[in-house]
Amino acid sequence: MKKQKNSVNRREFLKGAAGTVAAASTVAASLVTNPTPAAATPAMHANASAPTLAKVSPTEAVSIESITVDRPGSDFMVDCLKSLNFEYLCANPGNSFRSLHESLINYGGNKAPEFITCCHEESAVAMGHGYAKIEGKPLMVCVHGTVGLQHASMAIYDAFCDRVPVYVILGNFPDAAMRFGQVDWTHSAQDPAAMIRDFVKWDDQPVSLQHFAESSIRAYKIATTPPMMPVALVAGHELQEDPIADGANLSVPKLTMSSPPAGDSSAVDEAARMLVAAENPVLVTDRVARTPEGLARMIELAELLQAPVVDRNGRMNFPTRHALNHTERAGAAVGSADLVMGLELTDFWSAVHSVRGIRNPVVQSAVKPGTKFISVTSNDLYLKSNYQDFQRYQPVDLAIAADAQATLPSLIESVKQQMNDDRRRAFADRGAKHASAHQQTMQMQREAATAAWDASPISTARLSAELWAQIKNEDWSLVSNCQFVSRWPLRLWDFSKHYHYIGGEGGYGVGYGAPASVGAALANKKHGRLTVSIQNDGDLMFAPGVLWTAAHHRIPLLIIMHNNRAYHQELMQVQIMANEHNRGITRASIGSVLTDPAIDYAKLAQGMAVHSEGPISDPNDLGPAIKRAIEIVKNGEPALVDVLTQPR
Amino acid sequence: MFRCLASLLFTLVLAVAFAHPTAHAQNSQSAAAKSSDEKSATSKTDEAKSVDTSRGNVENGKKLFVSYGCYECHGRQGQGGGGAPRIGPPAIPVAAATRYVRNPTGQMPPYTAKVVSDQELSDIFAFLKTIPPPPRAASIPLLNQ
Repeated sequence: MKKQKNSVNRREFLKGAAGTVAAASTVAASLVTNPTPAAATPAMHANASAPTLAKVSPTEAVSIESITVDRPGSDFMVDCLKSLNFEYLCANPGNSFRSLHESLINYGGNKAPEFITCCHEESAVAMGHGYAKIEGKPLMVCVHGTVGLQHASMAIYDAFCDRVPVYVILGNFPDAAMRFGQVDWTHSAQDPAAMIRDFVKWDDQPVSLQHFAESSIRAYKIATTPPMMPVALVAGHELQEDPIADGANLSVPKLTMSSPPAGDSSAVDEAARMLVAAENPVLVTDRVARTPEGLARMIELAELLQAPVVDRNGRMNFPTRHALNHTERAGAAVGSADLVMGLELTDFWSAVHSVRGIRNPVVQSAVKPGTKFISVTSNDLYLKSNYQDFQRYQPVDLAIAADAQATLPSLIESVKQQMNDDRRRAFADRGAKHASAHQQTMQMQREAATAAWDASPISTARLSAELWAQIKNEDWSLVSNCQFVSRWPLRLWDFSKHYHYIGGEGGYGVGYGAPASVGAALANKKHGRLTVSIQNDGDLMFAPGVLWTAAHHRIPLLIIMHNNRAYHQELMQVQIMANEHNRGITRASIGSVLTDPAIDYAKLAQGMAVHSEGPISDPNDLGPAIKRAIEIVKNGEPALVDVLTQPR
Repeated sequence: MFRCLASLLFTLVLAVAFAHPTAHAQNSQSAAAKSSDEKSATSKTDEAKSVDTSRGNVENGKKLFVSYGCYECHGRQGQGGGGAPRIGPPAIPVAAATRYVRNPTGQMPPYTAKVVSDQELSDIFAFLKTIPPPPRAASIPLLNQ
C-alpha cells in the first residue's frame, strides 16, 4: 500500500483548512498563538465552546490538492473487511465511522458488503442476528461511538445470549487532541467496547492499520467458532481518515476458519454406550442445528436409537411431524426417561425440573430417580461472569464440552458400532410406541386449536391455521418466536427444513422481533424463500423504522401482526401482583396496554411504503388478506397484515 | 428493556411443561393442580356451595371475566393459552375450580373473597357455561392440512 501523491494527513488538512479560513475571514482575529498543528480545527468545528485555535498565517494556505486524501486508512480497512466476504453491512450513519462509510460505498463499490440503511442501531444488530441464523454466517454492523453503541447494546446482548455471531465495528475518536467540538468528545470513549465487554466474545481497539488487519480477521474467526457470539472492533477516527503512509507494509492475513470443537472420542464412546444401554433415552435439544447438516444428523441419531426428541426450539432441530418429535408431550417423555441427553441446552436444569407456584415455588425433579444425564454443549467452553444467562447449574453424569452438531457424526458412528441385534429389536419396539404417542399428541393439538375458532379478536390458533393454509405449498421460512402465540405454528405446521424456524431472542429483549425478521428475510431473499413473521405489536413499537428499511431495500417479508394491543406478558405479570397483593385487580392494565388510541399498524406501515391491510378482526377475512399480501411479497416487497388477536 | 418477570414466568412455565408426566406443554401445571384439587374438593363441597352457576348473572360474568383479568391468561373464550389451561367449554367443575381460584398452587394468582365475591364467581362460571363447545377438528379443513 503506497501513499498516493498529493495525499495529506488529517493534521495537515486541518492546518491547511484553518489557515484558509484564517485568511478569508475575521475568525483569524480570534486565533491565539499555538504552533501545534494538532490543536488546529476546520471551520466546521468552530463553535463557542471550541478549544484553543491555532494561529495560522494566511501565507500558509495550501493548494486544493493537499487538502484531499487519495488513499485513506479506511480503504485498507475495506480491503480487510472484503476478505471476510460479508454480504451486507447494516448501519445507521455516524460520523465516528464516516471515512469507513465512504470507503465502503465508493472504494468498495457498495458491494460485499452492501450498505443497508437502518433507522436504529438496535435494528442494525438485530438484523444481523436474524440474518446469521438463516445464513450461518455474520453480517457486519457499524455503530457510532458511544451513543450508537448504547442503542445497539440490547441487541448485542440478545445475540450473545442466543450464541449468534454479529460483527460489530465501533467508531471512536481515540486521540483527545483531535476532538474538536463537544460532539467529538461526547462520541468518544477511552475504552469504547467496555460497556459491551460482558456480552461479546472478544473485542479490540487497533492502533495501527496492520493491527486492524489482524484483529479484523481474528474477530471473524472468534465470532464464528462455537460457541458463536458477537465481537466488536473499534475503528479509530484517525486510523480511518489519515492517509496510508508511504511505503507502508500492509497485508491482509488469510482467514482460516477453525473447525468447530467436537467431543473427545472416549467421552463420545461412553455417551454412545449409555444411549445404547438405556431403555428409554430422551434427546432434549435447543441450539443444536447450526446448519442443515445439524438437522439431518439429529434425525439420524433419533431414528437410530428410536429415541424421542424434545425440542426447546432455539433452532430448527427436529421436524415437528416426525414420529419421534415429542415436544408437545415433553413432560411425559422426560418423566419416563432413564437417560436424558441434553444437546446445546441453554437451560438443562429446567428441562429436568418442575417449578410450581409463584409466591412459594415448589421445585421438584421431573425425572425418575436414577435417571442419567449426558450434556453436550459448547457453553461449557466459554462463559462470562457478570450477566447470568448461563442458567442454574445442573449436575450430569457425563459432560462433553463440545459443539453438539460437530459431535453428532462421531456419536452416531459409535452408536452404530455398539448396537447389536437385541438392541435393534428393542429400539424398534419402543419406536412403534413413540410413533403412536406422537400421533395422539398431534390430534390433541388439533382439537385444542378448535377452541375459540370463530372468536373475534381472532384466536392465535386460528391465525396460525389460516397462515399455514396460505404458505404450506410455498418454500417458506418462519422467522419469529412462536412463544407469544402459544407456539401454535410449532404445534400445527409441518416444520422440516433448517430455515423453517430460527428460534427466538436469546435474551428475551423486546424489540428483537421486527428487525431480526427483516434480517432473516434479507438472508432468505437470494434463496427465493417466502419469509414470514408473526409480529408482536409491542415489539414492533420499539423501532418500527425497520419497516422502512425493508421497503427501501426491497426485502420481501410477510408480516402478520399479532396485535393484542398490550405488552401482554407484562399485563399478566402485573395482574399476578395485583392478585397477590389482594387489591385493585381491575387496574392491571395501567401501564401495560396499547389502547386509547389503538395503534393503526396498517397506516404505520403505509407511511413507510409497506403494503398493508387491517386491522382484521373477523377470522373469515384473514385468509384472503394473507393471500393478497403474499402476492406482494412474491413481487419482492414487504407486506403487513394487521390482525386483532386473542392475548395468547 | 429487559423483561425480567416475563423471563421468569417463561422459565417457570417451561420448567413445568417439561416436567409434568401427563399433560401437554401448555397446561401441565395448572391441570395437575386442578386434578389435585378435584379430589380434595369432593369432601369439601360446602365451601363451594355458595358459588352456584344457576344463580349466576351471565352478562355480569362476561364483564367480570375481562375486568378481573381472567381473559389475560385464559383467553376471551376460556380457550387457554401460554401457560394457562383451557377453562371452558366444556364447563369446568365449579367446586374444584372455586377452591383452586381461592387458593391456587400453580401459576394461577389467588382470587380471594376480598377481591372476588362468591356471587361474582358464580357470574363468571355462569358465563363460561354459555360458551358453545367448539367444532371437532375433523370438521375444520384448516386443521387437517
